[in-house]
Amino acid sequence: MNNRIKNVFLTKKKKLITFITAGDPNLNYSKKILDNLPKYGVDIMEIGMPFSDPMADGPTIQLASARAIKKKVNLNKVFDLCKYVRKTNKKTPIILMGYYNPILHFGNSKFINECKKSGVDGLIIVDLQPENDKNLFELAQRNKIDFIRLITPTTTTKRLNEILLNASGFLYYVSITGVTGAKLKDFKNVEQSIKQIKKKTKLPIVVGFGIKTKEQVKKIFRFADGVVIGSSIVEIIEKKVNNNSKIKNILLGIKKFLNEIRNKK
Amino acid sequence: MNIKNSFKNWPDESGFFGNFGGRYVAETLMPLIKDVEKNYNIYCKDKNFINELDYYLKNFVGRPSPLYYAERITKDLGGGKIYFKRDELNHTGAHKINNCLGQILLAKRMGKKRIIAETGAGQHGVAVATVCALFNLPCIIYMGSKDITRQSPNVFRMKLLGAKVIAVDTGSRSLKDAMNEALRDWVTNVKNTFYIIGTVAGPHPYPKMVRDFQSIIGKEVKEQIFKKEKKMPDLLIACIGGGSNAIGLFYDFLDNKEVKMIAVEAAGLGIKSGKHASSLSGGKPGVLHGNKTYLLQTKSGQIKEAHSISAGLDYPGIGPEHAFLFEQKRVNYVSVTDEEAIKAFKYCSKLEGIIPALEPSHALAHLIKVAPKMNKNKIIVMNMCGRGDKDIFTVAEKLKVKINE
Repeated sequence: MNNRIKNVFLTKKKKLITFITAGDPNLNYSKKILDNLPKYGVDIMEIGMPFSDPMADGPTIQLASARAIKKKVNLNKVFDLCKYVRKTNKKTPIILMGYYNPILHFGNSKFINECKKSGVDGLIIVDLQPENDKNLFELAQRNKIDFIRLITPTTTTKRLNEILLNASGFLYYVSITGVTGAKLKDFKNVEQSIKQIKKKTKLPIVVGFGIKTKEQVKKIFRFADGVVIGSSIVEIIEKKVNNNSKIKNILLGIKKFLNEIRNKK
Repeated sequence: MNIKNSFKNWPDESGFFGNFGGRYVAETLMPLIKDVEKNYNIYCKDKNFINELDYYLKNFVGRPSPLYYAERITKDLGGGKIYFKRDELNHTGAHKINNCLGQILLAKRMGKKRIIAETGAGQHGVAVATVCALFNLPCIIYMGSKDITRQSPNVFRMKLLGAKVIAVDTGSRSLKDAMNEALRDWVTNVKNTFYIIGTVAGPHPYPKMVRDFQSIIGKEVKEQIFKKEKKMPDLLIACIGGGSNAIGLFYDFLDNKEVKMIAVEAAGLGIKSGKHASSLSGGKPGVLHGNKTYLLQTKSGQIKEAHSISAGLDYPGIGPEHAFLFEQKRVNYVSVTDEEAIKAFKYCSKLEGIIPALEPSHALAHLIKVAPKMNKNKIIVMNMCGRGDKDIFTVAEKLKVKINE
């Protein structure tokens, strides 16, 4: 298991995980946002690797990806961004999240080497499941980079057991059947599923997809180890960018939102 | 015969044709796709299922489609003897219905209450809307807004058949984006919805399942050509976007080594222009829409927009079995431009009294190049996989003819 991720989960405090797309709306803004997220109480930072065809994402993250690609953000630039963050921040885990094609194109072993050099701690590859990830998984494991497994409402018990076999770091429970940014309504089923998974593993479980309000966060903190906030933050970036706001205002917007959902003044 | 010495025993258990295929989708979809596979494996051997499919193929679609000796074109080109497999005479005007019937019968048996599909040229969308009307299931079709404009007759047809057509405005606003959006719908409505994929692509078992349902084309050709010529064809030729009509024609002949095969990709404005849809000539292996295959992509692994005058070929990928047959050199993959396809479109209309769709016009354009070089006793079978009624507006525009004046 990766040390940075392990250390974060040593405390009992519920974890706040955020997602932004690298280079949305440009790399300088991403740098400033990532510099500040830990100051706003963020425990783990997910960074999206832009892809032209993000089939599991809703409109908000699709557009973020498109904005980044327009700025010619590729994997090399994503790694530059991670290296930049690591110059000043040795503590906050960085998880790269994205789709398999750009990685395959970059080369699996080159990708993992770069991850290691850039201080990346974990990977979430949306369209790569245990059936097809042997090569990349083994490379990641050897380099102490966690493969963060997704578990969803459709995951069967048998499948859950297979997924847990090669899981490390933490588990990401997808709260809904749907794309990122959709609405989460049914907390009972999420709670039950998390309880079921907790019986089988000691890994921390965080919940993501559709989480936008402090009421939702409060409910989830009762039974899970953390929440992932993605589309809501990307939406703040999108709105401010559309209004030509300065980076200062984007940061203020994100800070205000994160304080609110954590119920802090 | 084991998997190694036959081309017909692929994919393997994990859905790979050699290096290609597989299942690259979000975790949410994995259990459901495995369920589709499990059910398909049961029903493809089930007598009732097979009989019901046969019944509809015969009585609703009008199969078998004729194998027609294109006499005037044969004489005009002065080479090999040319037959058209007339799949454009199927109900709904293309080969797409063969697969849709198979998949909707499976969806019904799986108790699914809602059908979704993507479409490019609209032929698959029309075929899905048709079988949904036939079996009284709600139907949602995703179609790129660019394709909605250039294939308006098919959009109207789908609506008449009771389907809801949803315009997709993201990305290149064509087939690949329609498929992204259909996958997003599926991941959201995964419990009650069946996704009828229109080509031999997508996560396993789709490439195999669609191929199996389309392989009736080649099976019929084998019987028909034997009756007419008492021998195997020397050359099979078909156009290829995702590749369902091509594999449908080829599959039954794959182990008949004497039968040569050519699949014709769309070269759009020319391969060198960068504006084309030739995934094999201009692409590299990658992962998109649930399978590993050849894809048009940038240096950083972003999927490139395809270009073709034919909406049905306007896709930056190709079915994984074709990627495999390409690397095995079993099938020869070539490409022809928009311009050559239009020339063939006009040529066939005037000479044979058949207005072909722009998709098989690509196959025909290549046939025009190779037939004259072949001996008169050689037999060529081309898959006339769709009719051209839907394309008259596109062609008129290209030829600068105003239809309504």
